[in-house]
Amino acid sequence: MGYASIAELRGASKRYGKHIALQPTDLSIRAGEVLALLGPNGAGKTTVLGLLTGRLSADAGSARLFGADPRDWRARRRIGVMLQDGRLPETLRVSEHIALYAGYYPKPRPLEETLELAGLTDIAQRRYEQLSGGQQRRVQFALAICGRAPLLFVDEPTVGLDVEARRNFWQVLGQLRAEGSSIVLTTHYLEEADALADRIVLLAGGRIFAEDTPAGIKARASGKRLRCRTRLSAAMLRGWPEVGKVHVEGERTEICSHAPEVLLRRLLAADADLVDLEVLPLSLEEAFLTLTATSASKEAA
Amino acid sequence: MNAAIATGPSLVGLCLREAGYEFLRQLRTPAVAVPTLAFPLVFYVLFGLVLPGKWGQYDKTAYLLATYGVFGVIGPALFGFGVGLALERHSGWLELKRVSPMPIGAYFFSKIAMSLGFGLIVVVLLSIAAIGFGGVRIDPITWLKLTGVLLVGTLPFCAIGLWVGSLVSGQAAVAVINLIYLPMSVLSGLWLPLFAFPVILQKFAVIWPAWHLAQLALGMIGQAQDAKLVLHTGVLLATSVLFLSLAALKLRER
Repeated sequence: MGYASIAELRGASKRYGKHIALQPTDLSIRAGEVLALLGPNGAGKTTVLGLLTGRLSADAGSARLFGADPRDWRARRRIGVMLQDGRLPETLRVSEHIALYAGYYPKPRPLEETLELAGLTDIAQRRYEQLSGGQQRRVQFALAICGRAPLLFVDEPTVGLDVEARRNFWQVLGQLRAEGSSIVLTTHYLEEADALADRIVLLAGGRIFAEDTPAGIKARASGKRLRCRTRLSAAMLRGWPEVGKVHVEGERTEICSHAPEVLLRRLLAADADLVDLEVLPLSLEEAFLTLTATSASKEAA
Repeated sequence: MNAAIATGPSLVGLCLREAGYEFLRQLRTPAVAVPTLAFPLVFYVLFGLVLPGKWGQYDKTAYLLATYGVFGVIGPALFGFGVGLALERHSGWLELKRVSPMPIGAYFFSKIAMSLGFGLIVVVLLSIAAIGFGGVRIDPITWLKLTGVLLVGTLPFCAIGLWVGSLVSGQAAVAVINLIYLPMSVLSGLWLPLFAFPVILQKFAVIWPAWHLAQLALGMIGQAQDAKLVLHTGVLLATSVLFLSLAALKLRER
């Protein structure tokens, strides 16, 4: 093995009443990597993060952080966390918030360095309530990095940030990675995962559908959507290997495919009367569904 | 100890640091600091010092020192826990604490410590008014006993606050806590002695934990004729256990 696993889920699952948030899942995080958990809302990203950070308890299976249970607060000395939303107490100053948090860790970063990395140096003496939304988000980020923890979890870090702020954030993550930190981030932007991650884990409906490099994921998700009027039945189309999801609405048939060129040749050959053909790109959601369908058919085979 | 667990700051240091910042931020929140610190003193000055009147066997200024002391210490306990927890559950602050390298107990410890700190300030302010301007004579040992009873007596109110905070979210908790705090204070005889009330209300006072704490406090300074130490302590303990259990059940559910 060329890497060491520093955190992992082993067959971990979570449900709320009848709703299954996460199917039994195995996942391991390697030292020094940036891992993106990519998926639409409700895919299970936040559940995975909750289990790994000790906020949630698995119904079955287990979560480990550096070999320890993440629900033990001492195990969490090696992680820094930025949640999706978490407003901080209003009346403390930026520097006080960071000092309080840094005090949790054995070898925290000097205050000045944290302020610098998070871009807060000029507003260190402001109270939290006086900050703009973007600045507040930066304070939350500062809390995640102030302890110099070897593993960072950031949940949807750039939601609500403008393009420039997003680029800055990406740059800082790059810097932390160069220091040797491992980073787990969740996002529903393929672009963000692509820009930052060494490895992408694709989640949908509470399970992992694919785990690959960004290039690998993009290749797999680079299907197309074909719309046309055809006399071929949906059942027949579904039997073709290059066909993902088929949706019939009135006279229109919509087919998702990961190999659109192959599908087009076969489609035009099989139905000479085919009309109103359109070839459209897949949205990320549809890319998930294509992958979903592919992996389901592989399982069935 | 698990070898995989990194060593770090001590638990005691962590709790104290947490409590220090909790105190600092509540002190900077006027909506919390002003009513909890000023109201008991203002009411005491008004009813105890400014308004004239003789109460027969009771020494008015000493009597009200005890009852406004109770009023003063249960405010921060109810608000610190109830409103604090409700708001912080809502804002996600509690969630962040739960993934931080600190035991969640330190969070609750900081709330109790803050309540006690505010309570102590109120008692000191009231004592200055009572001894300095109300002619109350109280020896140091008795004062320490009174203060001790008042501070330990905040526990059941911390528990009630915790329960409300686990039940209601955000700003609704402010309303709920006020609905408990103010009527209970009046009906327990904290603002004006119960003998000023109709007999039916005097009989009902027994249902309020604040009345039991007031009886203990009055007993400490010789202003209650029939303070039943065991009964009052028992009721306050039972109240603490009941609401702590209810809160624990509720918080575990989430």
